[in-house]
Amino acid sequence: MRPKLLPILLLMILLPNTACNPQANLTPTTARIPTTLNDTLTVLAAASLTAPFNELGMLFEAQNPGVKVEFSYAGSQQLAQQLIQGAPADVFASASQKYMDMVVQANRVTQGSDKNFTRNRLVVIYPVANPARIKTLQDLAKPGLKLDLEAREVPAGQYSLDFLDKASKDPAFDPNFKDNVLKNVVSYEENVKSVLTKVALGEADAGIVYLSDVSGNAAGQVGILDIPDALNVTARYSIATISDSHNPDLAKAFMDLVLSPDGQKVLAKNNFIP
Amino acid sequence: MLLFIALPLVALFTYASLSELWASLNQRQVIEAIRLSLVTSLSTTLVTVIFGTPVAYLLAQRRSRFNRLVDSLIDMPLLLPPSVAGIALLMAFGRNGLVGAWLASAGINIPFTTLAVIMAQTFIASPFYIKAAAIGFAGVSAELKQAAALDGAGRWQTFSHIIIPLSWMALLSGCVMTWARAMGEFGATIIFAGNFPGRTQTMPLAIYIGFEIDLNVALTLSIIMIGFSFITLILVKGILHRRMEANLELTTTLS
Repeated sequence: MRPKLLPILLLMILLPNTACNPQANLTPTTARIPTTLNDTLTVLAAASLTAPFNELGMLFEAQNPGVKVEFSYAGSQQLAQQLIQGAPADVFASASQKYMDMVVQANRVTQGSDKNFTRNRLVVIYPVANPARIKTLQDLAKPGLKLDLEAREVPAGQYSLDFLDKASKDPAFDPNFKDNVLKNVVSYEENVKSVLTKVALGEADAGIVYLSDVSGNAAGQVGILDIPDALNVTARYSIATISDSHNPDLAKAFMDLVLSPDGQKVLAKNNFIP
Repeated sequence: MLLFIALPLVALFTYASLSELWASLNQRQVIEAIRLSLVTSLSTTLVTVIFGTPVAYLLAQRRSRFNRLVDSLIDMPLLLPPSVAGIALLMAFGRNGLVGAWLASAGINIPFTTLAVIMAQTFIASPFYIKAAAIGFAGVSAELKQAAALDGAGRWQTFSHIIIPLSWMALLSGCVMTWARAMGEFGATIIFAGNFPGRTQTMPLAIYIGFEIDLNVALTLSIIMIGFSFITLILVKGILHRRMEANLELTTTLS
């Protein structure tokens, strides 16, 4: 899809003026982009990044007055499809390399410009009341248990299936563990936050989400069962600026903020792994 | 305006190739979604007709304050965003819900079942039938009803022999609207009933998930949905049109 002509024309006319702005020489820890008009930055980010990115958005706006950061949070698969269909955006942050690669292939992101910026791991959650009396990971295969997972197209869904594969190969688990667990699934949600909500509400007996989803506000809403490293999956998050962004400098600045020590601190605070 | 409505529909057809469509049609997930959509939407229509007709009859009576309240209540699902409806249904019938908790202790769990899909669709789509039926019932002239009563007809006889035959066109179009809305229901379904192929994944849900991974699946289902809707609408309008013409002939010859 071809980008609209008018905003580009406007930018071409105004950009030379902003470059002459004397304010541009002041530099705080992260580069401040001189702006003379209200800029909006559109960031498409995986649903699991909601909390840390909201914070980083506020930080970015504080560092760049006049700039507004707008986020669209959804399953990475949905965002990738939107970008492939030409949705306008400036930054894309995906919970899996697979969807970043799809966007690169669609030429919305320059090959090689995407960077891994954080990692995540899976955790099993259950309602505070623990109606199914889950104590160990093996309990996930208990007949009659209601398990809520993400659809396999969602990164977290695929990671969950990978975890089940690993567990089935582990001697501590029944070889049919994965099949038995999948028999317990009652719903395949299309993003990770839906799973969290349904488990927190007590509708499902268990779910598998990211460790970052159960930090901060969500911490008290669900019980957590850790998945040991040997069985766990490392989700590698990838970030990139969109090649036809209307604000490439601003987009790069936001990406730099995410990669910077400040950004990494915010992510770590939300239980992401550096 | 016409162009605005027609263009997206036409665009769907131009992006799909016939062979790819046929291949998608044979996929199990697609067949399951179609089957589930048909079963649930038809069940919803049936439930709506059975339980909604008395309500419509009530609404067609004189305009009391109570009736106005009922009318506003029936309007609510039309005004609510479907996702809000889904959340509300969860709060009422979920495992920890108002009624749901009690049902759960009796061993009945509604969320994540096909019943939940039907309930979500009924909540969203029934007002269409109820309103249409109420208007149809109200359109039967009081004189006819009085004449029937004078001739000794009981309430049920008046209803089945006078009111229904005279308002069947409104009832039919109400049914079609409810069925169509139920077929297209998404927000309340995915929140209350969840998304599980064969059990709760109706066509709109399959299209939504399919769009994110396999555009062909999404396109196939979209085209099928449009096909269904279009054929049904044409058929029903055809029946209604012919009926109206016949009525017109009758009244002109009589007068």
